[in-house]
Amino acid sequence: MRKDKYNFTLDRREFLKLVGSGIVVSFTTGDPLAPQQRRGRGYPEDFNAYLLIGEDGRVSCFTGKIEMGQGIHTSLAQMLAEELDVPLNMVDMVMGDTALCPYDSGTFGSRSTKYFGPPLRQAAAEARAVLLQLAAEHFHTDSTKLDVRDGTIFVKKNPQKKVSYAQLAKGKKIEKNLTKKPPIKHYSKHTVSGKPTNRVDSELKVTGEAKFAVDIRLPDMLHAKILRPPAHGSALKDVDISAAEKIDGVRVIKEGDMVAVLHTHPDVAENALGMIKARFEPSESTLDNKTIFKHLKDSAPNGNVVTEEGNIEDGKSLSAKTFEKAYYNHYVAHAPSEPHTAVVNIEGEKATVWASTQSPFRAQGEVAQVLGFPLENVRVITPFVGCGFGGKNQGNQITEAARLAQLSEKPVQVAWSRKEEFFYDTFRPAAVIDIKSGLNSSNQIVFWEYHNYFAGDRSSQPFYNIPHYQVLSMGGWGGRSGGGNVHPFGVGAWRGPGSNTNVFAIESHIDVMAEAAEMDPLEFRLHNLTDERMKRALMAAAEKFGNAFAKAPSGKGYGLACTDYLGTYLATMAEVKVNQNTGEVSVERVVCAQDTGEVINPEGVRMQIEGCITMGLGYCFTEEIRFSKGRILDENFDTYEIPRFSWTPKIETVLVDNPEMPPQGCGEPAITSMGAVIANAVYDAIGKRLYTLPMTPARIKETFG
Amino acid sequence: MEKNIRFNLNGKVVNVTSSPDRMLLWILRSDLEHSGAKYSCGEGFCGACTVLVNEKPVLSCQFPVQSVEGKEVLTIEGLQKNGELHPLQKAFMQHNALQCGYCTPGMILTAYAMLLKNPRPSAKDIVDTMEGNLCRCGIYNRIIQAIQSAARTMRGDTS
Repeated sequence: MRKDKYNFTLDRREFLKLVGSGIVVSFTTGDPLAPQQRRGRGYPEDFNAYLLIGEDGRVSCFTGKIEMGQGIHTSLAQMLAEELDVPLNMVDMVMGDTALCPYDSGTFGSRSTKYFGPPLRQAAAEARAVLLQLAAEHFHTDSTKLDVRDGTIFVKKNPQKKVSYAQLAKGKKIEKNLTKKPPIKHYSKHTVSGKPTNRVDSELKVTGEAKFAVDIRLPDMLHAKILRPPAHGSALKDVDISAAEKIDGVRVIKEGDMVAVLHTHPDVAENALGMIKARFEPSESTLDNKTIFKHLKDSAPNGNVVTEEGNIEDGKSLSAKTFEKAYYNHYVAHAPSEPHTAVVNIEGEKATVWASTQSPFRAQGEVAQVLGFPLENVRVITPFVGCGFGGKNQGNQITEAARLAQLSEKPVQVAWSRKEEFFYDTFRPAAVIDIKSGLNSSNQIVFWEYHNYFAGDRSSQPFYNIPHYQVLSMGGWGGRSGGGNVHPFGVGAWRGPGSNTNVFAIESHIDVMAEAAEMDPLEFRLHNLTDERMKRALMAAAEKFGNAFAKAPSGKGYGLACTDYLGTYLATMAEVKVNQNTGEVSVERVVCAQDTGEVINPEGVRMQIEGCITMGLGYCFTEEIRFSKGRILDENFDTYEIPRFSWTPKIETVLVDNPEMPPQGCGEPAITSMGAVIANAVYDAIGKRLYTLPMTPARIKETFG
Repeated sequence: MEKNIRFNLNGKVVNVTSSPDRMLLWILRSDLEHSGAKYSCGEGFCGACTVLVNEKPVLSCQFPVQSVEGKEVLTIEGLQKNGELHPLQKAFMQHNALQCGYCTPGMILTAYAMLLKNPRPSAKDIVDTMEGNLCRCGIYNRIIQAIQSAARTMRGDTS
C-alpha cells in the first residue's frame, strides 16, 4: 500500500497526478466524464468509475464505501485483484471520496461485499478484457492466445513475449469498446479472493499514521465547541458570552440557535465554552427508562403486516399447548471509539469536508444545502472511521462545521466530546415484542403471532416450518422505517438494526417452547425446521461446540440461537456460569457457525464474527441508556459499561462452506444472536428466564426471588 | 499564565509554551502535531490516549503538561527504531489485532509498558493490565494473542 494516499489532503488535481495519467479505457459508449458526474442511484456501468491503472502499474480502486474497521479495505481489494489478475499489494483503495468515487448511498446493512462486490468484480473483468485486447494489438495476435499473471500479459505459447499493464498504460489515453461483457472467474480458480488475508490497513494503524477525521490539520484551522442543551427538548432561554470572549485567541460565534466557541486548540475552546453562562427551558418530556415500554405500547401505530401465512385462528385450534410472552430491550448506544468529527475548509465557492461518516454522499448533499453551494462544489473525503455501527450514517457535526467555517472564514473542526456523543447518538430503540404461539401434540409449532413495537422488522420473518403465522410491525427503528418520533431523543440503525431485538425474542421463545415439548433446544429446532441451510449451520455449530444439549434447565449453562440475517445464516452456541450471589454472568465460551455464501476473506469474516460476539456481550449485560425528562444520564464509560478484556470468552468460529451462493454480508449477522444465546444459556444454568435486555446482575438477582 | 515546558518526546527535546495545566493529550495532538494518541472518552475511562512518561503508561487526557517537565514521553510515533516496526506492532499486524484502529496506539503502548516490566506475562497478567483499554470493535482475544506472540519474540523465544 502506498502511504502517500492516506494523508487525505490532496486535491483532485494532485491526486490524479499522484496516481498517474494511466490508462483510460471505456466500455461501449465510453463516458469520458469524471466519476463525480456519473452519479445516480445505482452503481455505474463504466468500469473506469471503479478503477484506474497508473503508469507504475499500481491500481487504484474507487469505492463510495468507507472503512470503519469492518475490513472491506482488504476484501474489496481482494475482489479487484482477483478479477484483474494483479497482486493484492498493487491495489490502493480510495474510499468515500465524493470527487473520485462512484456514488454510494452509504456503508451499512452488511451490504458492501454483497452489493458493491459484484459490480466491482465486473468492472475488473472488463478492464482485464480491454487490456488483453490492447496486448493482442501489441503482439499482433488474438487475445485468446494470451494470458495474464500478476499484471503482466504474456503469449501462452511463448511466455517470454510479455507486456505489463503498466507498459500498456504508459502515457496512453485509449478508449476501447468491448462487444460483450466478459464473465467473472469461477470461485474454484481464485488465488487471492477466498484466501485468508491479513488486513492491508494495519501498518498505518499500528504506527499511528492512519488518519481519522480528528487528525486532519489545516493551516489556520479552528476547533469549535458548541453550546449544548442539558436535555432533549430543552430550548435556549438566554446566554452570556462575555467571559468566554475575553479569553485570548477565542472567538465566539452566535448565529441563530447556535453558540460556538472557536480556538486554535480544542482544549482551550472547551474551557472557554465552560465560561459561557446559559439558561435553558426545561424539557417537556416526562419519560424515563422505567416508563418507556408503556409509552411505546401506548404510542404504537396500527401494525403493518410484515409477513403472514395461513390463519392464526386455525393454528390456535390445532394447538395442544399455547405460550404468551413479552420481550423488552432498552436503548443502546453506538459508543464508537472515535466520536463524530468533521473538518470543513471553504475556499471561494468550493468546500472540502473530512468527516467520520458512513454516508459521505449524504453529507455532501447536506453541506451543499447549508452552504448554499452547488453539489459539485462540495467534496467529502472520508478518512479512516473509528467505528460506525450505524451511528455514523448521520451526524450534525458535519453541517455544524460547515456553518462555522462559513461564518468564521477559517477551516473549522467540530469533534464531539464523549458526552455529546452520548447525547446526540441515534440510539438503538427501546422496543417491545409480544409473541403468542402454539404447539400441537407432535411438538410442531402450529401458530406464531408476533407483534413488534419499534424494534424494526429485520429478521422477524419466521424461518421455522410454521403453517399459521402473522408478523406485525407497530413502528420501526426510526429512519426510513418510521417510528422515530415516539422516542424522547434520536434513534436509528444499530449494527443489525431490528434483528438484535427480534432474534432475542424469537429464539428465547423457541426455547420456552422446547422446554414445554420436553426436548432439548437443538432437537426442538431441528424438529421444526425444513430449511436445510439452517439445519446445516446448526449442525456445524453443534459439532464445534461438542457438548450435548439436554432439556433446559440442565444446570450446564448451555445456550443456542440461530437466525437468518439478510441471507447470512448462523447458529451460535454459548456456555455461561452464573454467580448465584451477585447475579453476574461469566461467558466461558461462544461458538458461531456462519454461512455467508462465498467467502472473500475468511480471516476477515472470522474477525467480524469475533467482534460481533464480543460487542454483543455489552447489550446482553450492561448497555442500557438511562435517561429522565430528556436528559441522558449516561455520559461516559464509567456508568455506560461496554465489554472489556476480562469479559471476553473463548470464541470459536466455523465458516460453513457454501461457495455456490454469492457473497452475503458479514459485518452484522453474528451480533444479532447474542441476546438470545446468552438468555438461553442463563436459563439453562439457573432455570430463570430474562425477558429484558440487558440482563444486568440486578435483573438476574430479581429472578432469584 | 503560560510557561515554557521542556521535555523529551520520542528521543527529541521539545519546548512548548503553554498554560501548565493543559492536558498532555492536547499538547501532543494540537501543539506538537503528534496525532497517534487519541481522544475517545476524555475522562480517563478508555485508554485511547495512553502514552508513556518515563516508561510508565499515563492517560494523557488526564495528565497536565507541567508534569512531564524534564521527563521522557513516548508516543506511538516513537516506537519504531530505525524504521523497523517494534515486535508488538508486527504482532498486532500478524494477528489482525485491530479493526477500526482507533484504540490501537493506546493498546500497543499499554502493552509495551507492561512488557518492559514483565517480559513473560500470563494471559491473566495481560487482561489485568489491559483492562482499562477499551476496544469497541471487540478484538480483545487477538490483542492478547498478539501481546503473547510479541513477548516471545522480544525474549528471543522461538518455541
